[in-house]
Amino acid sequence: MSEKFTAKVWVLGDDIDTDIIIPTEYLALKTVEDMKPYAFSPLRPELAGQIQPGDIIVAGKNFGCGSSREQAPEIIKALGIRCVVAKSFARIFFRNAINNGLLLIENPNIQEAVKEGDQVEVEINHCIRTADGEFPIASLPQNLVDIINAGGLVKAMRKRNGLD
Amino acid sequence: MGMTMAEKIIACAAGVEQAKAGEIHTVELDRLMSNDGTTHLTIDMYNKLKNPHISDISKLVWIVDHNIPSDSPKTAASHKKMRDFARANNITFYEGEGVCHQVMMEKHVRPGELIFGADSHTCAYGALGAFGTGVGCTDYLYAMVTGTSWVMVPETLRFNLTGKLPEGSYARDLILTIIGQIGANGANYKCMEFAGEGLSTLSMSDRISICNLCVEAGAKTALMEVDEVAQEYLNQRGREPKALFFSDDDAEFAQVYDIDLSKIVPIVAKPHFVDNVVPAAECAGTKIDEAFLGSCNNGRLEDLRVGASIIRGKKVHPLVRFLVVPASREVYQAAMEEGLIDIFMEAGAIVMNPNCSVCWGSCQGVIGENEVLISTGTRNFKGRAGHRNSYVYLANAATVTASAITGEITTADMLV
Repeated sequence: MSEKFTAKVWVLGDDIDTDIIIPTEYLALKTVEDMKPYAFSPLRPELAGQIQPGDIIVAGKNFGCGSSREQAPEIIKALGIRCVVAKSFARIFFRNAINNGLLLIENPNIQEAVKEGDQVEVEINHCIRTADGEFPIASLPQNLVDIINAGGLVKAMRKRNGLD
Repeated sequence: MGMTMAEKIIACAAGVEQAKAGEIHTVELDRLMSNDGTTHLTIDMYNKLKNPHISDISKLVWIVDHNIPSDSPKTAASHKKMRDFARANNITFYEGEGVCHQVMMEKHVRPGELIFGADSHTCAYGALGAFGTGVGCTDYLYAMVTGTSWVMVPETLRFNLTGKLPEGSYARDLILTIIGQIGANGANYKCMEFAGEGLSTLSMSDRISICNLCVEAGAKTALMEVDEVAQEYLNQRGREPKALFFSDDDAEFAQVYDIDLSKIVPIVAKPHFVDNVVPAAECAGTKIDEAFLGSCNNGRLEDLRVGASIIRGKKVHPLVRFLVVPASREVYQAAMEEGLIDIFMEAGAIVMNPNCSVCWGSCQGVIGENEVLISTGTRNFKGRAGHRNSYVYLANAATVTASAITGEITTADMLV
C-alpha cells in the first residue's frame, strides 16, 4: 500500500447507512458502474457526480450501518474514494469493505477538525495531517493490509494460491 | 475464567477448549443462508474462481424472499440464476416459502450452531441459542467454498430481564427501548445476550423479534438461553440441538443491564434512525399514507392475531393502504385457519404473499415522495421504503393496525 497521499475531503455525518450509500431501488441495476451515480442519493443526490477519484470521505460514528449489501463498499470504491475515515464503522460494512479492497481508517477526532474541500495528507498506519495538525491513526493488521493491497479477499485468495 | 455463550459457541466451532473476547478464530460454519438480495453476486464471483467447488452442500440454504414474486425482467433474471445454480448443485432452495429468517427458524436453525447469513438480520437465530451473524457475499463465498471463515470473538452485553410485559406492550417495544438506550452502534461488534426470569415469559415469536433487531444496535449477534419454550418449539418441528450452551456464572460481560419488562411502554422509532425512539403516544396524530404489518421482525401469527383483534369489525381508513404480509407460508396458513385473513380482508387490508415487502423498499408497497409509512419492519432509514424524501415510523403490530384505522399514528388504547 502506498505510504502517503494527499486527498480532498468530503464530510458526512453520523450513521451513514447502507440505504444512503446505495438505495435498494438501484440494486437491480446490472453493474456497480450503473449504480454509481446514485451513491448517497437520499442524502446528497449531487455528491456522486462531484466526487473525483483519489478523494476521501470523512464521517462520524457508525458508518455503513444497516444492510449486508456488499454493493455499498463496492460503489464507494468504484467512485474512486481512496479511503473512508470515520469515528467508527458498522461491523458488516467493515468486513465487506476490507473484502473489496476499500481502505477504512478509524479516528475519533478528525471529523470535527476538517471541512469539506480541505486537503489532507494521509500517512497509512501513522497519521492524518490537516492544516491544523496531526491525527494519529492505528496500524492495520498485516493480513488486512494484504487483502486491501490485493484488491479484496477473492483476489487475495487467488494470489495466495498462485492463480494470478 | 468462565465463558459467555458466544465464547462457547465459537470455541466449539473452532475446535478449541477456550475462546475469549477479542481473539480471532478460524471456525467451521454449521449453516450458510443466502437470499435473493445478493446471491446472484455470489454466483458471479463463484463462477470466476478456478475449479470452484462447494465445501458441504448440505449446509447451504438459499431462499428467494426479497422480491418474490419477481417484479421485473431484471429480478426474474437474478432469481433464475439463483434457481438454476441451486438446482444444478442440489442446494436446499425455497421460493415463496417466507422471509428467509422465519423460514430458517421454522425449518433449520439448531441451538449451538454458528451460522453465516448473507443478510444483516441473521442475528435472529439467537432466539434458538444459535450464533447467527450477517456477512456480505464475499465472506459468504469464502465460507461456501472452504466451509470455514474467521471471526473475532465478540464481547457480550448481557441483558437480565425481570418481570413481564404489560398488556399493550410487546417484544418489539422492549428491543426498541433497548436500542434507544444504547444507541444505533451501542453494541457494535458485540453480542447481545438476553437472560433472566423475564425471558421465560416471552414466546418464541417475541424472542425472534428481539434478536432480529439487535443488528440495529450494531450487534454481531444476539443470543438467548434455550429453555422449555425454545425446546418445545424444536420438539414441534422435530429438531434436536447441536449443543446447549449457557454463560458461566463467572463469565466476563462487557456490560450488564437490568431490564424490568413491566416498565416497557409502546414505542415508535421516528425517521430516519432506529434509535430515534419515543413513547408511541408522543407521535399520536401524525398523518400516515400506508401501514405495514409484516417482516421477519413482526410478521408472525402472534402479530397477526394482535392486528386482527384490533381491526375486527372496523375498516381501514380510506386514505390509507394497509399491507398485511405473513412472514411465511406456515404463518399464512395458520392465520387462514384462525380466520385472521378474513378479518383483514373484510377490513379492507391488502393481504400479500410472504416476502420482505416494503420493509426493504424494492418489493411491493414502496411509498412515494413525502409519503409516510408506519411499519413493523426492521428499519426506518431515509429512503428505505421508497422515495428518498419519504418517512418511515417503526412501531408494534397494535400501533400499526390502530393507525391504519384512523389514518394517523394511534396507539391501540386510544381506539374506542
